[in-house]
Amino acid sequence: MDLLTNLAHGFAVVFQPINLMWSLVGVTLGTLIGVLPGIGPALTIALLLPVTTKMDPAAAFIIFGGVYYGAMYGGSTTAILINTPGESGSLVTAIDGNKMARKGRAPAALATAAIGSFVAGCIGTLLLAAFAPTMVEWAVKISPADYFALAILAFVSVACLLGRSVLAGLLSLLMGVAIALVGIDGQSGQARYAFGEPSLMNGIGVVVVIVALFAVAEALSLAADPKARSEEITPLKGRVLMTREDLRRSWKPWLRGAAIGFPFGALPAGGAEIPTFLSYSLERKLSDHPEEFGEGAIEGVAGPEAANNAAVAGVMAPLLALGLPTSATAAILLAAFQQYGLQPGPTLFSGSSTLVWSLIASLLLGNLMLLLLNLPMAGLWARLLYIPRPFLYAGILVFATLGVYGASRSLNDVIFMLIVGLMGFAMRRLDFPIAPMVVGLVLGPMAEQHFRRAMQISQDDWTVFFTSTPAGPLLALAAVLAIAPPLIRRWRRKSAQTAPA
Amino acid sequence: MSNFRSLRSAVAAAALGLALATGAAPAFAAEDLTITVPANPGGGWDQTGRAMAEVLQGEKLARSVEVDNVAGAGGTIGLAQFASRPGEPDALLVMGLVMTGAILTNNSPVTLESTTPLARLTSEYEGLVVPADSPLKTVGELVEKLKADPASVSWGGGSAGGTDHILAGLVMKAVGADTSKLNYVAHSGGGEALASILGGHVTVGVSGVGEFVEQAKTGKLRFLAVSSDARIDGVEAPTLAESGVDVVLGNWRGVVGAPDIDDEERAALLVTLDAMAATEAWKKILSARGWTDAYLSGDAFAEFLKEDDARVVQTLKDIGLVE
Repeated sequence: MDLLTNLAHGFAVVFQPINLMWSLVGVTLGTLIGVLPGIGPALTIALLLPVTTKMDPAAAFIIFGGVYYGAMYGGSTTAILINTPGESGSLVTAIDGNKMARKGRAPAALATAAIGSFVAGCIGTLLLAAFAPTMVEWAVKISPADYFALAILAFVSVACLLGRSVLAGLLSLLMGVAIALVGIDGQSGQARYAFGEPSLMNGIGVVVVIVALFAVAEALSLAADPKARSEEITPLKGRVLMTREDLRRSWKPWLRGAAIGFPFGALPAGGAEIPTFLSYSLERKLSDHPEEFGEGAIEGVAGPEAANNAAVAGVMAPLLALGLPTSATAAILLAAFQQYGLQPGPTLFSGSSTLVWSLIASLLLGNLMLLLLNLPMAGLWARLLYIPRPFLYAGILVFATLGVYGASRSLNDVIFMLIVGLMGFAMRRLDFPIAPMVVGLVLGPMAEQHFRRAMQISQDDWTVFFTSTPAGPLLALAAVLAIAPPLIRRWRRKSAQTAPA
Repeated sequence: MSNFRSLRSAVAAAALGLALATGAAPAFAAEDLTITVPANPGGGWDQTGRAMAEVLQGEKLARSVEVDNVAGAGGTIGLAQFASRPGEPDALLVMGLVMTGAILTNNSPVTLESTTPLARLTSEYEGLVVPADSPLKTVGELVEKLKADPASVSWGGGSAGGTDHILAGLVMKAVGADTSKLNYVAHSGGGEALASILGGHVTVGVSGVGEFVEQAKTGKLRFLAVSSDARIDGVEAPTLAESGVDVVLGNWRGVVGAPDIDDEERAALLVTLDAMAATEAWKKILSARGWTDAYLSGDAFAEFLKEDDARVVQTLKDIGLVE
């Protein structure tokens, strides 16, 4: 009942003509950048931040929400058509989606991806609307010790899950933390690693680092790698339509994908990638045609695509209710909230509830717009890829520099961007994961400040981290996640050695 | 655009011509002012700067007013940039109580002494609050707890060295508790601090009264006291002084001019500011924002600035934030 009135209020804001237009701008832009490999929603929103400073916060978040969902839609298009996932969440989609396209079934693959994303996006957003306020009630009870434990859990999961190796993941993470330490310390008010330079006292902006790591590093990688040139594009044949058989095989994976995706997105270290893998393997187990998987099974597209969109909605829950960013895009959204002087977290729903509900309403609207946009226009989107990549990335570089300079009018930030961009290029070349670095940058200060707050409040009694709930269990879980994989690997290696003997 | 501009200057020239022809004084007390706000858009300093621009332009006290945000390091980045433009007669910088602390903690090479004090404009008083289920009912009980074990009281508020932190230090000192044991938990913004207070993670919350009014209305928080010299309308709480703690602290905001402007230029700016503070439009904005009118200009403000500076420096030393 409250949910419906609140949603109605949200829709009242969203259905203002100007906001409908912003939503359309957002989803179009999101689909565009999702189609372009390498450019994700995080970068796009980062570049939009300075542009939207003067806008009404509600309008800005309507655009951002559209970009976020749109990117997930668009990412599947390139994954299916040219076997290049636009986003990491579309990685699995490429496996069977591209096989389908090669067999001339691209229309069905694109359609099941689009409808699946729509269904899951709506389910996820409704779950967000229904449960996020409840999470808020519970969220104020979360103490600094618990936040610290959550941050540690996210640290460990990201380093273990996203990295080629634990070492590489941790190294990337710690580099992010090191960058985050520059500037004035929140608890003591003292400057750290600023070397008396006033421009460093403010710290190095998250946006600057993300633009550098994604756009600058990607452009440099492309410039350095002549192989990354023209790629074959399978033309779309026929109309984007599904047969009755396709539909019959798709609807259950859509629902299951949504059910897996939402909670994983809502988990501090869940993200959109793991649920797509889980959904894919689940669909293969449940399918009547497991032999088709890897050869173009429609379930292998429907499930993961639903999962990654539901996860996007899930990611919004801890962001809105706890102020906890669980993906690079969420981290940027957090920065966006702070730009408007809003602190996502327990007080956001009470203090800025109109904004929150119009954001939720705009996510639902954005989903619908995306379906209408994607079903008939998938073929057109694919044409964007005909832009030669050197031109594409040269343009991106120009926009990145303009964006960073425009945000602060500080040449120092441009220099930081170039330095960090070179770092990101080196990391790509050496196959270091970049995502943990962004997580370290965002979660590092959070972990530190909450650790020190908890210690201060408990008057330096460190047992508070183990005696309070959920801090204790969360830290235990983090320890297990950190220690178990290497142990299991060692055990497997041992049994592999002893087996032949 | 250029057409528009030339049209505008034509209109201005015509207006000026008319004014000269009729023998009237020029319409504007000041020409083109720039107001530097040493913080990001949205905060108290920004709101002050933009309110000034609105009134100065709206009341035709200045021909144009440009607001420029130079954020960072508690305002010291904006201050440093501002101080590097000596002798500019039309430049204003928004500043306030918090800047003194930031200058000290950041070892800022530029201090307020390199500016020309003009006027104090507004003040916002602070409130001490506890969550609804806190055992503390009065300031007296808080004082007893502070005297018995100062570190056992955790204070939740805004950034380190800011107004909230300074008030906590002043209260500790006034009740004779060991200020070096002040257990102040800094938060990066009002919302974050509020969450900590609502969740009962800190013993007592300190922030601008306005931050707590809504939560107090819904019964989630309880005011123990306010830091003003008289009770505040709409807030059911005694002043600190009434509760036996002799502290009055307002988070004041003011405005300074560029370094090395001459007496005539200073006087001209003061005339403009005096006129602005006297307008109905200005008073309307103050009441809408919940700011107290604390207008004090010229030499009296320069004197106040010196005294306030000394008090802040001493407090920050007492709580061990600066050497």
